Amino acid sequence: MTAFSALLMRDMRLAFRAGGGASLAAAFFALVSALVPFGVGADLVLLGRIAGGVLWVSAALAALLSLDRLFQADFEDGTLDVLALSPLSLESASTAKILAHWMTTGLPLVVLSPVLGLLLNLPAPAYGALVASLAIGTPALSGVGAIGAALTLSIRRGGLILALIVLPLITPALIFGAGAVMDAMDGTGRGAFLFLAAFSVAAVALSPFAAAAGVRLNLGG
Amino acid sequence: MITALANPKRFLDFSNMIAPWVCAAAIILLGVGFYWALFATPPDYQQGQSVKIMFVHVPAAYMGIMIYGLMAGASLVGLVFRHPLADVAAKSAAPLGAAFTALALLTGSLWGRPMWGTYWQWGDARLVSELILLFIYLGYIALWNAIDDPVRAAKAAAILSLVGAADVPIIHFSVDWWNTLHQPASIIRPGGPTIDKTFLVPLFIMMLGYTVLFLWLWLLRMQTEIFERRARALMMAKGA
Repeated sequence: MTAFSALLMRDMRLAFRAGGGASLAAAFFALVSALVPFGVGADLVLLGRIAGGVLWVSAALAALLSLDRLFQADFEDGTLDVLALSPLSLESASTAKILAHWMTTGLPLVVLSPVLGLLLNLPAPAYGALVASLAIGTPALSGVGAIGAALTLSIRRGGLILALIVLPLITPALIFGAGAVMDAMDGTGRGAFLFLAAFSVAAVALSPFAAAAGVRLNLGG
Repeated sequence: MITALANPKRFLDFSNMIAPWVCAAAIILLGVGFYWALFATPPDYQQGQSVKIMFVHVPAAYMGIMIYGLMAGASLVGLVFRHPLADVAAKSAAPLGAAFTALALLTGSLWGRPMWGTYWQWGDARLVSELILLFIYLGYIALWNAIDDPVRAAKAAAILSLVGAADVPIIHFSVDWWNTLHQPASIIRPGGPTIDKTFLVPLFIMMLGYTVLFLWLWLLRMQTEIFERRARALMMAKGA
């Protein structure tokens, strides 16, 4: 077993255990999406029009939930120092952690989204676009979120400031992801999927470097 | 010159020397610019007098982006070359950049009401990316304030500013890539500016005035930051 897959398995196992936060993100996703009808009223037509955007916003917030512990948990017990000294580069370690985060937080959101779409009266043509856009976009959320997690590593209760610095950076994913769902609903084709995929590829490819730099600066001090 | 000013004491002497001149230049440029822009230009054939908001809005928007570029550049210099005052420069510039961006958003909104019939448009790429720039500024400032260790804070903020720098070309090219509400580029475009000289000259004076005002405020903020660090060092030495 390579170091990368060992780290990946370890992080996924930790996430699924008690206090890991894997099911927590899915529950939060469901709860926030269910809250919206209470706020905007029971008009099904309205809910159907905003369902794509609501689900995307809930997904972004749910993905943020477990991010502040991504590096901090290992930082506090010294595992991050050991990782930094291991033959596995910090960039690869960050990639493993981002992948683990996506598989334990992002993927459950993707799987849960059609059910919540039903709850919000999402029109039939949009379901495929919803699942596809979330599947393409949630890795970007994990990647960019990992950058924020690495930078806010040493801050106690850094969750809020993590959200403050990560949310502006993931707005392109939100805009194009929700836009893809709207396109499928309206039958127009404005290339939202392509933009989303481009953003996601760039984010996933580049974020391990920024995250590793953030980890390095917190370990070196 | 940047390396010569790396010594904080030398920087303080230099900035003390040039600050009054920069302040005077800012007052003169802004005074001349405001008078010329507001009173000595004709009303637009289409927009009437409300075109004059351009003279406040366009320089502010330009400053918001230029300051972010300065901030990202200073962050890069601080990270790569370990220039002692680079992170001071970046930290000091951020609130000014945020203020100019907020001013651009506000004046743009006020201009939009008579021009487009709406204060805001969520689908327009330039408006949205400028708003995101404001949030990135605020996140940057918050990150500086959240981390206790100034050395760590400097490096973390530097990385954040470099990551957020991706928004800057999006703002500039957004009006070329998407044709929604905000008008396309009129100044920095192939073929040169399309604004008439009677408006272009006071606009450039205003932009220069805003820049010099920023320089003066930036020098003041950098001086203050250096003094704060000295005070903190003295307090820590006293406590030990």
